[in-house]
Amino acid sequence: MSKQINVALIGNPNTGKTSVFNALTGLNQKVGNYPGITVDKKQGICKLSRRVKAHILDLPGTYSLNASSLDENVVIELLLNKNDKDYPDVAIIVSDVENLKRNLLLFTQIKDLKIPTILVINMSDLMNRKGISLDIELLEAKLHTKIALVSTRKNNGIQELKQLIENYKTISKETCLDTSSIDTAYFESLQKAFPNQDVYKLWLVITQDANFGKITRQELDISKFKTKSNQELKRLQQKEAIKRYQFINSILKEGQTIDRSKATGLRSKLDRLLIHKVWGYVIFFWILLTIFQAIYDWATVPMDLIDTTFASLAEWVKNTFPNGGMVTDLVAEGIVSGIGGIVIFIPQIAFLFLFISILEESGYMSRVVFLMDRIMRRFGLSGKSLVPLISGTACAIPAVMATRNIENWKERLITILVVPFTTCSARLPVYLIIIALVIPEGSIIGLSYQALTLMALYLLGFGMAIFSAYILDRVLRTRHKTFFVVEMPNYKLPLLKNVIITVIEKTKTFVFEAGKIILAISIILWVLASYGPGDKFNNAEAYIEPTTQTSYERNDQIAAFKLEHSYIGIIGKTIEPLIKPLGYDWKVGIGLVASFAAREVFVGTLATIYSVGSANEGENIDTIKNKMQNETYADGTKVFTLASGISLLLFYAFAMQCMSTLAIVKRETKSWKWPILQLIGMTAIAYICALIAFQFLK
Amino acid sequence: MHLTIADLKKGEKGTITDSSSEDIPLKLLEMGCLPGNTVHLLQLAPFADPMYLNVNDSFLAIRKETAALIIIKKIDE
Repeated sequence: MSKQINVALIGNPNTGKTSVFNALTGLNQKVGNYPGITVDKKQGICKLSRRVKAHILDLPGTYSLNASSLDENVVIELLLNKNDKDYPDVAIIVSDVENLKRNLLLFTQIKDLKIPTILVINMSDLMNRKGISLDIELLEAKLHTKIALVSTRKNNGIQELKQLIENYKTISKETCLDTSSIDTAYFESLQKAFPNQDVYKLWLVITQDANFGKITRQELDISKFKTKSNQELKRLQQKEAIKRYQFINSILKEGQTIDRSKATGLRSKLDRLLIHKVWGYVIFFWILLTIFQAIYDWATVPMDLIDTTFASLAEWVKNTFPNGGMVTDLVAEGIVSGIGGIVIFIPQIAFLFLFISILEESGYMSRVVFLMDRIMRRFGLSGKSLVPLISGTACAIPAVMATRNIENWKERLITILVVPFTTCSARLPVYLIIIALVIPEGSIIGLSYQALTLMALYLLGFGMAIFSAYILDRVLRTRHKTFFVVEMPNYKLPLLKNVIITVIEKTKTFVFEAGKIILAISIILWVLASYGPGDKFNNAEAYIEPTTQTSYERNDQIAAFKLEHSYIGIIGKTIEPLIKPLGYDWKVGIGLVASFAAREVFVGTLATIYSVGSANEGENIDTIKNKMQNETYADGTKVFTLASGISLLLFYAFAMQCMSTLAIVKRETKSWKWPILQLIGMTAIAYICALIAFQFLK
Repeated sequence: MHLTIADLKKGEKGTITDSSSEDIPLKLLEMGCLPGNTVHLLQLAPFADPMYLNVNDSFLAIRKETAALIIIKKIDE
């Protein structure tokens, strides 16, 4: 029988905790969610020996057990609850050799919970270069632990770490700090009130409640205990931090020597350039341009390939499956084109996360936060809002989640509210097809009109995000308290393995999470378009007079008539009066309705509608673009003109058309108030702008 | 009037004498903004805000309004 050891991986951000996790588990990992909150739960399996496996939980990075964000709170919630199935048998604290002092603060806190703890000192390959030497034996003895010197970059020390995990029972549970020495009288009374409990644990529960509001706990009910005021508690927490550093400093004085003359100064050299008052911004915008170039230029090659592959796949299904059957139609027109609509985004999403993870891993992202904070603050945002706004160009969902490290609630809320204005990749197919339809070819100083329009739409998205942030900052009245602390990590060459794993994980999440919705909607749409009530739909042949037309033309007319009287046609017709002033007909209306679930279904919907509408067999399959180009009103005027096209572009630029984003916003803000405000506000802005544009250009 | 981190010029150093203001986030204290520790102002963003510091061997950036809460004694070199 094999044995499993529960391991919790804990550490400060930027210590290479994820690299250690990747080194231990490889691709043998999965990302899930903690129940009720959207914090990523990363876990993996590591084989220690023939009979022993370790279940490794990679907890969110934190500087201490005094949580100041939801992510950090996960760590303490787990460690306070012995009954949790993930409660660790052994904790691994990952520290970085250059920041040992600060990393040890968290280490001493975990030790004081009496959990067997292994200390990993990562990036040990840098010790020589940085002039750091450590007396491992002495540190192990004084800290009551076992130490593993690891270099994930050089792949050193992982085997030794595995052995330490397997022998975790030999690690001492001795604490580092006598908690009651912080305030003897207070802790004595606390112990008296709860004689069976560990006093440090009680202290953590009390301070955590002070930070996070009361949490109901079965094991520990401290609500009856009269606590001190928040101000007094904070003074005690400061005292605790001072005591811990005294302990750490006394140990490092003996156990660590640093020869400062050996410091290479790479940090200050790069900083002088990368956060320079002029060059810093030039470099940043140059990097942004490269990212956009990659997403919109390099990604088109694989995207075109995916597009044609799925088109021929749908064709193949039609020709090979039993002719005319309902299943064949559903597969070819509903499912295949639906899946194609998801897969087509993979290249862009992958490119975006590739760049974001390189920027994060290298330590550059913190410099951008530093550079942009002052400017962003003018608009009620924070320097940290920039990462969500950039991520928003891939998808608003990870972007909303990326706001979690913004400490100030108001800045975080505004960021969440305006992020959906940035041009996410789901808007891109809509933009591309409409631009191709209504913007003339030709160029000015080497830039094509079509490319310029696309760029203008991106700028418009950012501009609207910033502008509405400015308005919200003036409207929202909350008590303003600044919390802005950014660690400026060392510059590092990104580890390829980490980058690749991030790209795979994020892309997978997008495909499965967004994919489910897109696929479901494609199928629903197909059903709504293929069935209808009443005689007009079911007996369409009788309504079309048999004149001198060819049978092909007649079939086409019948199909169009059927679509008009199908369920979806009825929906489109119903909203037509509402969208007529914007320049859309009922078919576009169907696309709009479908888009309120997710924008990316717009092109797919039109594809479904127009291919349902064209019953010709044997004829070359028209591209959607051609079909849309030829779409006319009854009087022969074209549906897609410059005026209606611009109106449609503006509508898609501003409208809130993504159920998944609304769901995430609800989860992150814990209220329906904000997603509803987003839905109504953004859609109203979209409608008004589209209306003005169409009426003006008509 | 006390001297604070916000009064430091680029490249200057100081010793923290008091960081007990209620508005200083605990996280900052735990990263080493504690009495007795040295703070070195490394760089400033435009308009001198945020400030890029080395405190207690930690490299971090904080806003000027937070820096103005941490009282120091200047170290002359």
